[in-house]
Amino acid sequence: MVYLTRVEHFNAAHKLYNPTWTAEKNDEVFGKCANENWHGHNYELYVTVKGNPDKDTGFVFDVKRLSLIIKDHILDKLDHRNLNIDVEFLSGQFCSTENLAIAIWQQLTPHLPQAVQLHCIKLYETPRIFVEYFGN
Amino acid sequence: MSQKVAVYRREHFNAAHRLYNKDWANEKNTDVFGKCSLPNYHGHNYELEVKIVGEIDPETGFVIDLKKLSDIVKENVLDKFDHKNLNLDTKEFKELNPTAENIAVTIYQLLRPVLEPGLDLYIRLYETPRNFVEYPVG
Repeated sequence: MVYLTRVEHFNAAHKLYNPTWTAEKNDEVFGKCANENWHGHNYELYVTVKGNPDKDTGFVFDVKRLSLIIKDHILDKLDHRNLNIDVEFLSGQFCSTENLAIAIWQQLTPHLPQAVQLHCIKLYETPRIFVEYFGN
Repeated sequence: MSQKVAVYRREHFNAAHRLYNKDWANEKNTDVFGKCSLPNYHGHNYELEVKIVGEIDPETGFVIDLKKLSDIVKENVLDKFDHKNLNLDTKEFKELNPTAENIAVTIYQLLRPVLEPGLDLYIRLYETPRNFVEYPVG
C-alpha cells in the first residue's frame, strides 16, 4: 500500500458565525473570526489517496487526473469565493475548517475510481492551523 | 566605519478583500481582475515583513527594540486590518483598491510617522506564499 498526496491551494473569505446566537454570543465564542464583513485565508489542501501501484503504470493513481478531479470539484467551486455565501455544497453548513475538510472529502469520494481509496484530507487555514480528516 | 544594520520583524494578518474599480463596468472589472473581483469577496493570509535599517545604538546594541517594533506594527497595522474586510471595514481602502501593492504602500505610510526619522523603513508583503511585493524599492 502506498500513500500518494496532491497539494493544491485556494483563497477564500469566510466568517465563523452561528445564526441562532446573538451577535454578542458569536463575538464571545468566535472573537474576531465572527467579524460581520468576513475575513479570509490562503487555504492549502493536501489530498492523500492510498492503493497499490498499478502493475502496468507504476501509479497508485495518475496524479494529473487527481489534480483535475480536485480542480473540477473543489477548487473551481471554492477559489476566490465567499464560503458562507457562494458555495452550494456548504450551504447551511458552519464554515469552520473542520467542516470544510469533511465537505471536501464528501465531494471527492464519488469521483475517485474504486481501486483508489481516499485516505486523508489535510487542510491548512493558515501556516499554523490545520485539520485532518480520515473519513470516520 | 558604518554600523548600519538591517533588522526585521515578521507579522501576519488575515483579511477579506476584492479588487474592483468603481469607475469601471462590472464586465471590465472581470476582464482586468478576473476572479479577484468576485462580488462576495475572497481572502488571504497576509505575511508582513518590516525591515528597519539604522545605526546600532552604542548604549543598547539595538537598531530598534524588536519588541517595541512589534507593538508598533500591532497597534498601527494589525489592529486595523486583521480579520477585517479591507474594502468595507478600513478607512484606508474605502477609495483605494486593496491590491498587495497598495496595501504595502499604505502600511509604509502608517508606520513611517511613528518611527524615528533616522531609521529607514522597507515593507515586504506576501499576499500568498507565491505573490509578494516590496515598497519602497531599493
